[in-house]
Amino acid sequence: MSKQTAEQATAAGAEEQSSPDVATQPDKVDLATLQRDRDAAKERQKSRLGGLETETLIELYRQMILIRRFEEKAAEVYSAGKIGGFCHLYIGQEAVAVGTLSALRKDDYVITSYREHGHALAKGMTPESVMAELYGKATGCSKGKGGSMHMFDKSLNFLGGHGIVGGQIPLGTGAAFASKYQGTDQVTLCFFGEAAVNQGAFHESLNMAQLWKLPCIYICENNQYGMGTSLERAMSLRDISKKASAYEMASEFVDGMDVLAVREATARAVERARKDYLPTLLEIRTYRFMGHSMSDPGNYRTRAEIEKYQERDPIKLFSASLREEKIADEKLLKEIDAEVRKQVEESVRFAEESPYPAPEELYTDIYANPIDPSARKL
Amino acid sequence: MATITIREALNQAIREELARDERVFLMGEEVAAYNGAYKVTKGLLDEFGPKRVIDTPITELGFAGLGVGAAMVGLRPIVEFITFNFSILATDQIVNSAAKMLYMSGGQYNIPIVFRGPGGSAYQVSSQHSQAIESWFAYFPGLKVVMPSTPADAKGLLKSAIRDDDPVIFIEQERMYGNKGEVPDDPDFTIPLGVADIKREGTDVTIVARSLMVPIALKAADKLQEQGVSCEVIDPRTIRPLDIDTIIESVKKTNRVVLAEESHPVCGINAEISAAIMERAMDFLDAPVKRVSGIDVPMPYAKNLEDLVVPDVDRVIAAVREVAYLD
Repeated sequence: MSKQTAEQATAAGAEEQSSPDVATQPDKVDLATLQRDRDAAKERQKSRLGGLETETLIELYRQMILIRRFEEKAAEVYSAGKIGGFCHLYIGQEAVAVGTLSALRKDDYVITSYREHGHALAKGMTPESVMAELYGKATGCSKGKGGSMHMFDKSLNFLGGHGIVGGQIPLGTGAAFASKYQGTDQVTLCFFGEAAVNQGAFHESLNMAQLWKLPCIYICENNQYGMGTSLERAMSLRDISKKASAYEMASEFVDGMDVLAVREATARAVERARKDYLPTLLEIRTYRFMGHSMSDPGNYRTRAEIEKYQERDPIKLFSASLREEKIADEKLLKEIDAEVRKQVEESVRFAEESPYPAPEELYTDIYANPIDPSARKL
Repeated sequence: MATITIREALNQAIREELARDERVFLMGEEVAAYNGAYKVTKGLLDEFGPKRVIDTPITELGFAGLGVGAAMVGLRPIVEFITFNFSILATDQIVNSAAKMLYMSGGQYNIPIVFRGPGGSAYQVSSQHSQAIESWFAYFPGLKVVMPSTPADAKGLLKSAIRDDDPVIFIEQERMYGNKGEVPDDPDFTIPLGVADIKREGTDVTIVARSLMVPIALKAADKLQEQGVSCEVIDPRTIRPLDIDTIIESVKKTNRVVLAEESHPVCGINAEISAAIMERAMDFLDAPVKRVSGIDVPMPYAKNLEDLVVPDVDRVIAAVREVAYLD
C-alpha cells in the first residue's frame, strides 16, 4: 500500500523532475537559456492559478513580500549592530514557507530549523514578536531567551526553531505521533535543510514515521549548500526525494521557486497525512540568495550562479504571473509592498521601544515544577 | 506493606501511572513483547496494549527525540533505555531539546518526560556496558536526575517523576533490580523529588551515598558500629536538584564526612558535594572531606579486576576510619 502511494506521489511530481536542472553548470550561463528557463517556469505557474481565489493568491504574495522585506530589514539592523548572535536569513526561499503553510489548517503543527523567521511569519506570528525576539527584548515571541534560532509560539502550534542540524526532525515526528495517539487529524510539517539529510536523526525519524504511519510531512528545503559545502561535496545520492524509497515512504520533488507548485504538493501530502496517517518526504529545491548567516560572504558560490537563481526569484516569478493573468496590477502589488514595508518599520519601532528582559528572568522557565524547598521539611 | 524487589516496585509504579493517566505511555527497545530486557516492564503490554506500551527499533536518538516532541504537545512519555549506556546516542535530544526547551521557548513548552533504565556498574560486561554517567546529566539545568536505592524509593520516586512536568533522568542500578524491601501498598504513595533520605542516623561520621553505594555504606556502618564509630548515612536520592541542606546539617553535626559513589572521581557528583561542603561548612570539619569513588579506568572484564574498580565495604570503612583518625 505504502509502495503504491510512493509511486503515485512520484508520478505527480514527475513534471518538476523532468524540468531543467538549474543547478548544473553554474558558471556557464547564457541569457537565452536563462530566459527560456524562467519563461517555462512562469507558464507552469500560470497553469496552476486556475481555481484559486484572487484573495488567496494576493495573500500568498503578501506573505512572501513580507518575509522578504522583514529579512532585508533584519540584515540592515544586524549590520547596524542592533541584533546579535547568528542570523540566518530566508531571502530566496520565501515560496517554500508560504506555499507549504498555505496548505495547512491553523491547528496543524510546524517545526523547523534555525533559519525560521519565514516559517514563523507564515504561521501567523506577528513581525513585532519576531523582530523583538531578534532584538532580545521581553516582548519577543520567546521573551528574549531564544533569539533568531529559537522562535516559538504555542498559541499557533509553532513548535519552534531548533539549532542543531536535524535535531528538530525526531521532535516533529513526535508531534505527529501525539496527534495519532490522541486521535486528532492534525498534521505536522517538519522543515530542515538538505544538509540535515546526512544526519542520523533524519533516517531514524523517517523509519519510525513510515513504520508507525505517522502524519508527518518532512520538508527538505534543498538550498544546495550546507553552510559553505555544496551538495555535490557532501552527499553521495543527491536526489533527496529518492531517499524516501529506503523507507517505502511517499515523496515528491518540487520546484521551490514556484509558490503554487509548493502549495499543491503540500496539499497532496497533507491529505495523505490527515486521512490515512501517512508521512511524505518533499524535496523542495530552492536557493538562498544570501550567505549561510550574516557573517558569511558566500565566496564559495559564483556571481553567475547567484544571478541565475535571482532570475528565478520566487517573488518576481509570482508577481509576473499575477500581472500577466490580470489577477493583480502593478499598482496593487506596489501598494502591498508599501504596506508591508510600513509593517516591518513598525516592528522595528516596537522592538526598539520594548524593554529588555528583567534580570530576574534569568532564573525563570528552567523548570515547570521547581523543587519546593518546603518539601524538604517532610 | 509488601516486601518486593526494586524490579517489581518499578513495574508497579509504571503500571499504576499508566492506569491513572491516559497521556502516559511507555516506549523503548524490548519493553513490550519481550517484557523488558530486565523484565521491569513485564506484563504491561498485555495489560495496556500496543498503543500504550511500544516496542521501538534500535534507534535511541530517534525515539528519545520522538518522546520529547510528543511531550511538547500534551503526552507524558516514559522512555526506557535498555541501559543508560545507550542513552549516550540520545544525548543531543536529552540535553539540547528536553533540558532547554522550556527556557529557550520563554516558558511556553515544558517537557514532561521520564528517561529511565539501568545504569552504573553491571557484572562483567566490560567498558561500554558498565559505567555511571549521572554526572553528565546532572550538569544541565533543566534536567532532574533521580537515583533510587530501595524498592520503596524506586516506586515512590518513579511515580513522582512520571507526574512531574519536567524531564527526569531516572537511573536504576543494574545490579540492584533483585534487592528486596518493604513498599507501601497505597497507590498514591509517592516520594517528592529533591528530598534526601537519612538512611541511618549517627553521630560520628556522615557517609553520603547513592544508588549502589547505599547498601554498601549501610553494611560499612554496621561494622563500624561494632568498632565504636557511629555513622550517619545520607542518600540524596535526587542528585539534581541536590538536597544539599540535609547533607550540610549532618556534616555540622558529625564534623566528618565520607562521600561514596561508584562513578569516576573526576568531575563527579562527589566533587560537587565536596565543594558545597567547603563553601558552607568548612569551619565545622574536623578532617578533610574524603571521597570513595570508582577507580579512574574504563571498566575491565576480568572479575578480579572489575572487583577492584567498584568501591566495596572495606574501602568505605577505611575512609571512615581515616577521617575519624582511627588508624
